[in-house]
This record gives sequence, C-alpha cells and structure tokens, in this order.
Amino acid sequence: MSETEPIAPTSAAPRIEEVEASVARSRAARAARARLAAVLAPVAVVVALLALWEAGTRLFAVPAFLLPAPSAIVLAMANNAALLAAGAWVTTLEILLGFLLSIAVGIPLALMIFLWPPFARAVLPLLISSQAMPKVAIAPLFLVWFGFGLVPKVLIAFLIAFFPVVINTAVGLAAIEPEKIHLARSMGFGAVDTFFKIRLPDALPAIFAGLKISITLAVVGAVVGEFVGGDAGLGYLLMVANGQMDTQLLFAGIVCLTILGVVFYLLVELAERLVIPRHIINRDRGTGGSL
Amino acid sequence: MTSPSPDPAPYLDLQSVAKVYASRDGMVRALDQISLAGRRDAFISIVGPSGCGKSTLMMIAAGLMAPSSGRVAVDGKAVTAPRTEIGIVFQSPVLLEWRTALGNVMLQAEAKRLARGAAERRARDLLAAVGLEDFEDKYPHELSGGMRQRVSICRALIHDPPQLLMDEPFGALDALTRDQLVLDLQRICHERRIGVLFITHSVAEAVFLSDQVIVMTPRPGRIDRTIDIDLPRPRTIAMRETPEFARLNREILDLFLARGVLREH
Repeated sequence: MSETEPIAPTSAAPRIEEVEASVARSRAARAARARLAAVLAPVAVVVALLALWEAGTRLFAVPAFLLPAPSAIVLAMANNAALLAAGAWVTTLEILLGFLLSIAVGIPLALMIFLWPPFARAVLPLLISSQAMPKVAIAPLFLVWFGFGLVPKVLIAFLIAFFPVVINTAVGLAAIEPEKIHLARSMGFGAVDTFFKIRLPDALPAIFAGLKISITLAVVGAVVGEFVGGDAGLGYLLMVANGQMDTQLLFAGIVCLTILGVVFYLLVELAERLVIPRHIINRDRGTGGSL
Repeated sequence: MTSPSPDPAPYLDLQSVAKVYASRDGMVRALDQISLAGRRDAFISIVGPSGCGKSTLMMIAAGLMAPSSGRVAVDGKAVTAPRTEIGIVFQSPVLLEWRTALGNVMLQAEAKRLARGAAERRARDLLAAVGLEDFEDKYPHELSGGMRQRVSICRALIHDPPQLLMDEPFGALDALTRDQLVLDLQRICHERRIGVLFITHSVAEAVFLSDQVIVMTPRPGRIDRTIDIDLPRPRTIAMRETPEFARLNREILDLFLARGVLREH
C-alpha cells in the first residue's frame, strides 16, 4: 500500500483551469472598471466645478470684470481666436527656443562638470548662486541689452529652465552603481563605449526628469519675458487685457497658456517613452512623475 | 621562476600582497601578506568573516585595483591593468535594465568584438544550459533573483574565460536556489575546465565546490590556513552528509572559533 494516495477529484471541486479562468475574468473586469474610473473621475470633478462656477456667477450676478462665467470665457476665446492663436504662436516659439537652448547648453555643461572635476569645483558654486538670484529681476536688464524682440524672452526662458537640465544630468551620470563600471573595465570596454553603452543609458531617466521640470519652467520664463518687455505673445496679451479690464480675455489667455504648458509637458513625456523602455521609467517613478 | 610553489607554473600568483586604504576614520589595513598560487583549472575558495578584505582581494586579483605592496602575476606576467580575459561575477547580478537577458550576455561579446552570429548562438546555448532558454528576451525586472544571477554567470562565460572571479555570487539567494546554482557551477567549470576564484562566507559552499579553501583572519585579512579538499568529483548533495565533508567543515569552523570570529556561549 502506498503511503501517499493521490486524492481523487470530487465532482464538487472545480478543476484548476476553471478556477484560473474565473479569476482571470474577474480581474479583467476590475481592471476595466479602474481604467474607466481613472478617466471619468477627474472629468466629473472638472465639470462639476465649472457648473458650480457658472451657477455662482449667474446667481450672485458677479460683475464680469471681477469673475466672468466659464461660458463668457469660452465666448471670449472664440471671439478672439485669431488674436490668441497669433499670441500662442509667438509664445510657443519662445518656449521652444528657450527649452532647446537649455538642452544645448545644459547637457554639455553637465558633461564637463561630470568629466572634469576641477571645472565642477570652479563652476558649481557660480551655477548654484545664479539660481538664488531672482531671474525676474534680470529681465529689465535683458530688455536694455537685447531690445524688445524674441531674443530677450528666449534668454529669460533659458535662464530659468537650464538649471534642472544641468543638475539632473550631472547627478544622473554620477549616480551609477560602481559595480557596473568595474564590470565594464573588466570586460575591456574603453572610456567611450563605457559612456555610451552603460553610463549614458543608465542616466537617461534622471535626464528626462530634468527635462520635464525644465519645460514647465521655460513656459514661466517666456511669460515673464513678455510681461517685462513684450510686444507680442500670450503674456503680452494678458498685460493688454489687464490694462483694458477685459477679464474675459485675461482668462482666455490663461486657459491658452495652461493648454500650451500641458501640451509641451506631454511632448517631453512622449519623447521619454520613445527613448526609454517603459519598465525603466517605472523603476525611477518618483524622481520625475507622470501626468 | 621566483615562486617557490610546488606547482611547476602557477596561473594566478599573488606574492605578499598588502592593501591599505584611507577612509574617513583613518587608514584601513584591508589585506596583509597574502600569497597564493593556483593551478589554471583550480577551484579556490576564500572564506572569512565580513570585512576581512575578501572583496578587496578579488578586485586586486581582477586587476581592477592595484595592491599597496606586493606582486600579482598571471602566467608569469605582472598584472597592471584590468584582466579582460577572465569572467567576473559580483554579489548583485549587475545587469543593464534596458537590455534583455540575451542582450546582457551579448554585452561581453560586444566588449570583446566577437563575431555576432557565433556569439549569439553561444549565448543562447549558455542560457539554455542554466535553464533560461525561454527567458532570453525577458528584461531583468521580469526575472527572479536566481535567474538574474544565472544571466550574469552566462555573461561571464561567453568569451570562454580561463578563470572566473566570483565575489559572493550566491549570497543574496534563497537556500534552494543556492544549492541549484552551486551544482550548475560545478558542472560548468568541470565541463569547460575553468578555474575559479570564489569568495564566500559560506563554509559548506566553499568545501563543496573547492579544490582548495583559503581561510582568512579578521581585519587585517591574512591567510590563516589553506585547506586542500580532496573529496571525489563530481560532488553530490549526498556527499554533504559524509564524515569527511563534516570533518573539513568542522576544521574551518574550529579556526573561526579559535580566532573569535564565532563564539559558542
């Protein structure tokens, strides 16, 4: 007689394949509900807030120069579509050029800081104190030096946006586990291969976290530049609307700027997804964050 | 030859190696008077308490770190640069997260500029030999700890190295996975006639795998005793219960008791 008799399946107990299928079904249903809720919940909140806002302004007859109703803002956007589009185009150009300049200057600067310690010791204190300086205070100076055109706005956007690119890139390059470098040396990789095959890909999540901060700061920089000495762009439009007590147009400009900021952020995030496999972005969640 | 070793020509030859390095709390004497000479295909284990300089010794043997004094030679030639001919395995697998299991093994092939087609076939064979044939295209985060360490061992083997340097390679794994990898390692090294310098703090693992166990003292790390293990090969799980195995285990543990590394209350 054998000691371990197999337990005969009873007719009542379902087979494991059936159990698996039922677990998979309920899991899929739960995931679908969660996905729907993730989209519906924020939309519902926004719609409710807008409805409350609309009702409140009508109920208490709030004057339009204080707080226009959402419907009035939408109307203002439609009526001034050409004006807003022209402004948005100018501001977009400033943001984009300021951001690209931040990358073009920030990444080489970070490389030099990383590769050449004496340079880092000389430049880092200067770089960090430059961040303590309020950039808005420099804006009038740029006006004197570069006039009213595109250049001073791009430079202010750059000045505000380049710092996170430099710091995140330099820190990201230095943060690699020492074993990866030991491994590269023992395998016989030269300095160039070690950098491009191991160190740079390892730093990419940190670099993109810096780029995502940078793009939102570039939007701020462009608007500040236009506030101080603009003759075009959404920031300039805000100043004009403010001067004319046209609060509907003011809100319309703010909505356009917000859309611009979100679109730019999503574009950087898209670039990140194209460059870095998804699971590595997830590994570093928390340093960058995601929309 | 300068070495008075009984072997005609030692492969890895360390003579009076010492390492002292500066830390925040002053100078640290990591290694002192380390001399060892091993045959090309010898399996040599180094056991000792934490902080006895085992990892420093491996870095020096790999040519990744220069000794403060003493001489390191391979095949009679002094080691002055990282030894790229060997395979190296660390305690953590050190895989590149953005490469698949196969891609990680191929990293070594790229470093050595091996012909791609042949190297890839070899990489697939190696992965299959350690039971990873269905996991070639998985990324490290999709693999278990034991699987990751297997990938790292394959990466160390793809260029057919004469010697493996392993620094507590199974230290972070569960007991069952450890047993399996120890058996796998024994088979691979025997089939390919690869020598190993194996750093561990597991006495049983060292006795099971080695031809020679080098027992280190606490810091500064000196060689306390060198013990030859002449159990027949291949070694089996059952052999761990034999009196001979127990005696060798006991000999090493007695050394640790005598040095105060272990205390019986």
